[in-house]
Amino acid sequence: MLHLLTGAGILVCAIQAIRSRRLIVSALWLAGTSALVALELYLLGAPEIGVIELSVGAGLVTVLFVFAINLTGEEATDLKGLIKEPLTVVMSVLFIVLLGILLVPAVDRAAPALGEASLKIVLWGNRQLDVILQAVLVFCGVMGVLGLLSEKETDSAGQTHSEDME
Amino acid sequence: MTISVPNVVILIVIGLLGVGIYALLTVRNLIKVVVALQIIVKAAMLALVLAGRLQGQENLGQSLALTVIVADTIVAVVGLALAVQVRRVIGSLDLKALTSLRR
Repeated sequence: MLHLLTGAGILVCAIQAIRSRRLIVSALWLAGTSALVALELYLLGAPEIGVIELSVGAGLVTVLFVFAINLTGEEATDLKGLIKEPLTVVMSVLFIVLLGILLVPAVDRAAPALGEASLKIVLWGNRQLDVILQAVLVFCGVMGVLGLLSEKETDSAGQTHSEDME
Repeated sequence: MTISVPNVVILIVIGLLGVGIYALLTVRNLIKVVVALQIIVKAAMLALVLAGRLQGQENLGQSLALTVIVADTIVAVVGLALAVQVRRVIGSLDLKALTSLRR
């Protein structure tokens, strides 16, 4: 029952995040989706991942969204899509139906539990490459953001050098 | 189809993926595109944890979900930084304005 309620909440939050016109409201609905996904992960027996998802997905990413929306300003988001509306609906429904046909029968063929090692051993012992890749990914992300957000050098007139060259 | 926990979770996953794909096809705002990507990645994360649980390898699924969380956060950070720069250079967040690479 709790799973059903959480699932309904997740889907409502996700749909509202897409539907709402204001970007800031959209970001807040996305935070709600994250929090409910974290609750669902906890209910599924993955409390560690749930906590990380709650702090990163609902906390850090939301702060980043609010920061970015503050920098860019609100803009009208009710422009018509580049693809025709009926085509998008048909493609989405087709996608959902195909996924349902593929995934729903697979759930009933679940394998028995194997009795594997604890999360600590699996993560730090068996999946060492993943941990290294995560560190590299974080480093690349930081370098990418530093490169993207760095201001161009400005001279005393306040003009950028690239504009001078034009 | 009975209402068991894996069935409910797989329906959540399919629903989230559907919403995300529909959003990717329709939205034109760069920040909204990042929102849609976040929704899709949340579906993938839930699916990984569920798959681990169904196969009796819960901890493997969870450690992969952890990797997905890190990758997803980096994608969000870089995407938002890109949106800020696009707004600064082009003056708009509209995806159509990006197709003509003019200033």
